[in-house]
Amino acid sequence: MPFASLNALTSPLSAQQVQDLQKLVSQLNPIQQAWVSGFLAGSAQTAGVQLPSVAAASAAPSVLTILFASQTGNAKGVAGKLKAAAEQLGLSVNLQDIASYKTNGLAKEQHLIIVTSTYGEGEPPESAVSFHKFLYGKKATQLPQLNFAVLGLGDSSYEFFCQTAVDFDTQLAKLGANRLQAPALLDVDYDSGAASWQAEVLAKFQPLLQTAPQAATPAAAASSGHAYSKQQPFVAELSVNQKITGRTSTKDVRHIEISLADSGLTYQPGDALGVYFQNDPALVQAILTATGIDPTSVVHLDAAGEVTIERALIDSLELTQSYPSFLEKYATSTGNSELQSIAADKTAAREFLATRQTLDVILQYPGSLTAQQLVDSLRKQQPRLYSIASSQAEVGEEVHLTVGVVRYDAFGASHLGGASGYLAERLAEGESVRVFVEHNDNFRLPDHDTPVIMVGPGTGIAPFRAFLQERDNAGATGQNWLFFGNPHFTQDFLYQVELQDYLKRGVLAKLDVAFSRDQAQKVYVQDKLVAKGAEVWDWLQQGAHVYICGDGSKMARDVHEALVQIAVNHGGLSSDDAAEYFEQLRESKRYQKDVY
Amino acid sequence: MTKPTQYPINPDLQVQGALSDNERLKTQSQHLRGTITTDLQNEITGGFTGDNFLLIRFHGMYQQDDRDIRAERAEQKLEPLHNVMLRARMPGGIIKPEQWLAIDKFASEKTLYGSIRLTTRQTFQFHGVFKPNIKPMHQMLNSIGIDSIATAGDVNRNVLCTSNPVESVLHQQAYEWAAKISEHLLPKTRAYAEIWLDEEKVETTETEPVLGDSYLPRKFKTTVVIPPHNDVDVHANDLNFVAIAENGQLVGFNVLVGGGLAMTHGDKTTYPRRAEDFGFISLEHVLKVAEHVVTVQRDYGDRVNRKNAKTKYTIDRIGVETFKQEVEKRVGVAFQPSRPYEFTHRGDRFGWVEGIDGKHHLTLFIENGRLLDYPGKPLKTGVSEIAKIHKGDFRMTANQNLIIAGVALADKAQIEALARAHGLLEDSVTEQRKNSMACVSMPTCPLAMAEAERYLPTLVTHVEGILAKHGIAEDHIILRVVGCPNGCGRAMLAEAGLVGRGPGKYNLYLGGNTAGTRIPKLYLDNVAEAEILATLDQLIGRWSLERNAGECFGDFVIRVGVVAEVKVSKTDFHA
Repeated sequence: MPFASLNALTSPLSAQQVQDLQKLVSQLNPIQQAWVSGFLAGSAQTAGVQLPSVAAASAAPSVLTILFASQTGNAKGVAGKLKAAAEQLGLSVNLQDIASYKTNGLAKEQHLIIVTSTYGEGEPPESAVSFHKFLYGKKATQLPQLNFAVLGLGDSSYEFFCQTAVDFDTQLAKLGANRLQAPALLDVDYDSGAASWQAEVLAKFQPLLQTAPQAATPAAAASSGHAYSKQQPFVAELSVNQKITGRTSTKDVRHIEISLADSGLTYQPGDALGVYFQNDPALVQAILTATGIDPTSVVHLDAAGEVTIERALIDSLELTQSYPSFLEKYATSTGNSELQSIAADKTAAREFLATRQTLDVILQYPGSLTAQQLVDSLRKQQPRLYSIASSQAEVGEEVHLTVGVVRYDAFGASHLGGASGYLAERLAEGESVRVFVEHNDNFRLPDHDTPVIMVGPGTGIAPFRAFLQERDNAGATGQNWLFFGNPHFTQDFLYQVELQDYLKRGVLAKLDVAFSRDQAQKVYVQDKLVAKGAEVWDWLQQGAHVYICGDGSKMARDVHEALVQIAVNHGGLSSDDAAEYFEQLRESKRYQKDVY
Repeated sequence: MTKPTQYPINPDLQVQGALSDNERLKTQSQHLRGTITTDLQNEITGGFTGDNFLLIRFHGMYQQDDRDIRAERAEQKLEPLHNVMLRARMPGGIIKPEQWLAIDKFASEKTLYGSIRLTTRQTFQFHGVFKPNIKPMHQMLNSIGIDSIATAGDVNRNVLCTSNPVESVLHQQAYEWAAKISEHLLPKTRAYAEIWLDEEKVETTETEPVLGDSYLPRKFKTTVVIPPHNDVDVHANDLNFVAIAENGQLVGFNVLVGGGLAMTHGDKTTYPRRAEDFGFISLEHVLKVAEHVVTVQRDYGDRVNRKNAKTKYTIDRIGVETFKQEVEKRVGVAFQPSRPYEFTHRGDRFGWVEGIDGKHHLTLFIENGRLLDYPGKPLKTGVSEIAKIHKGDFRMTANQNLIIAGVALADKAQIEALARAHGLLEDSVTEQRKNSMACVSMPTCPLAMAEAERYLPTLVTHVEGILAKHGIAEDHIILRVVGCPNGCGRAMLAEAGLVGRGPGKYNLYLGGNTAGTRIPKLYLDNVAEAEILATLDQLIGRWSLERNAGECFGDFVIRVGVVAEVKVSKTDFHA
């Protein structure tokens, strides 16, 4: 640590000054440290360190504001790189989570880049809902002073690809802001696209911004040098792989335990674990056989250089999730006109890909292409994020996951999910898996006294197991109420014995379950919420936080509607006011979602 | 309701000490209600909590789980696969075809195992009923005139009656007494109707005039038996009415009290015991005698130590004469000297017989009493097909078999054809197999220590081989296997009885007789199949060569000194 080694003998400062400086620095986060270092360097060039207000006043107009709206951390990562690159160019940057951005400041903002993901059916990520609403609402004013650009991250296998980025871009322009650069709408393998867009957009902002003092080497870089991350995942040991659905269940859900011993990795309840995986060698073999490609053919990968195609397909490329770009490139390489016409029609392509993995496409439209063409048609494998199902207060250096194994039969063959199949079937206990921690500040427990209502059907139970472990170990006095659901009581009651114990010991004040297929009439968690509406409303009046985790396409929406209905039925609110009520809860972080 | 009649109690004859916890729960149960209704609404567990776990037994159910997958589910962080077994109350085991069709449907659609299990209590059991199906099950049964009140728990359980369709007049009379005794000794609480049938709570100051507000000290079993058949195994029962007939008409009963087979491994204060003959009573005293054998046991049974709480221990503790005199005092009638009778056999008479009323009756051998559709042997479907056309009734026997009773001559051929077509009637079944029996045991019974029902078919095949090897393939020994020493399969009245000790390990008892009037004695302790078969091979070999004319295996092993005869259980059984 540079500041820790600072002393009066090796610097022009007095001992007292060293002490004061160390004290100040210890209170700063890396971003603040970087800003201060730049600020001091700049002001020293002019008139010595006298009037911070002058410096602040002159720095203010020159700031590039970068807002990130992240669901899984990718947008945050891209925004961080953007900031570093901007600072390298001498620009002054204000990097902020869009959730904490004061929308009434937008009218004064001059230089803005938004990096946003999209989730579900084209909806903004949790953190950006307010901002999105503001832009489209009555309070939004004209923004003629604003120069902006938007970078979107998405997944082209979804219908509303990068919709939130499109929304921001369209609406800012509509409000009279100046679009400095066309939006980047990037797919899951966004790294190179993000890098080139970043270079272009910064080149356009740079002349508009006053040159800010050159930033010194950021302290943040030094402190994070050895930390494991998405780029440098930790090679961990899989210690437990236990099926936790019954033998006649239609679902295969695994309780996974991974050792983080000696990694220095820490996490909080609400965080996710990123997992890198290897594709099934049998699947790879089948693809190579179907395409007639020699497994030992050497191909070039941007990240890994020259490797055999077999290794490339196992280690680096995406085979189990389908995406339109593969369809296009594969159709072009093989010259298959029928497939080309499907690929050209977005709706048709999406429907076609909904049930097909890469191999299904190849088997249905066999064709010949070179090893390099095949590799180029596939996108880079992305690590999968799983909500962490444990608290370190309970499990120490372990991390637990609740993994639903994706497994289905289609086109005469069994299909297995990439990461879930790897964790559940191909990785033996004791073997290694590459992981990293993805923090999620948008899914956090409140203080110990506050009651929480958790809605987590299916594998959505995962973060709530972490919450309960955390609150149990902390002796938290806030009451906990869990809503859980799945198809069958006898087969699919995930962590049943643990939850029974929490209930018995009072860690769980209440536990309501909905087993949809145990009776003729299907019952879901939202039905249970409505049935307990009066009590739910009571809890909300007592300040309860509400959490939803699990399926985002249907469940989270149905639960939201149930909550609105409860506010109408038991709070006497109009449906508009009820919606607004939950909007306010969301803004005050009392209503949080972790959905996928 | 009337208050229970109070009788002067002699405290010297009572066991003093801290009452067992079961006494607390019965007393606090508000006449068997507990908080069962709350548990039914609890969606977090498939089981019953606290006292309710035991209270549901008084309503005819046991909480069980699939023990085959208990460990697997623990690893899956799932609770055991809790379900209940239901034992119906069917005095004398008679069930009508339309009732049969209803229970057949329920078993198929709403039970884990999809079977109907005929049991040694001459009734049927459903195995594997999950909580959401429990109330609908009772309501279904109620709609066809069946209940399960007091078929388990510390009460008088389902009353048995010899299945003898030949002596039709006598059987009808005996059967009616079985039904009347059952009704007379039933709990009077409305808990069953309120909990399971949603009947309204009626404001009453409920009491239990016969059973008492804390019910009986332990389970209590009653039979009505028609000599010379001892199919009900009187010596396995607390109270037996031995039918005495004159000119084909029932005139009264000899009363046998204090039989029982349950014991605890390693506890020498427990033992199987024969019933004592109290003497003859005429018909008008039957209900009073039944009531007061129960009330004497109620007042003097051991409520401190449940292992010694059954009538047989009360009799041994206070004396046969004391017990008998107390009953006489309460009834106000003295027992007359016993009338002569003889038991000659216990097995069912398989195949067709014609009754004195001219009706025909077909007794089917049902291995282990388990009616299920097996590959190539759709037994359960077969019975339901018969039920669809049958105009008489069905009779479940105490040997776990099924009688299609009351068939007109004209219908015989059709019924037999259906039975044969579904594997219910097979000429190849040996005498040995027909005379072998097992309790349910694994995987549903929580008490089981070793396999019984699932092991029996294999064991019988081995014993058939041994008999054939010694040239006596047509002979048989009464062979019974039970998973624990609790007594359901009546191994303690077998010529060769296996009682489970642990997985694959049994105690081998030898020396019962064909009539079921002698308790066998321990011969091998905690041994595996190989040693059991080697022993049976050697002893059956000797029997085939050395036996007297007509001498059964059990008599033989006593005569040649393989085991000592158990004459008085209390002193001889563990000697």
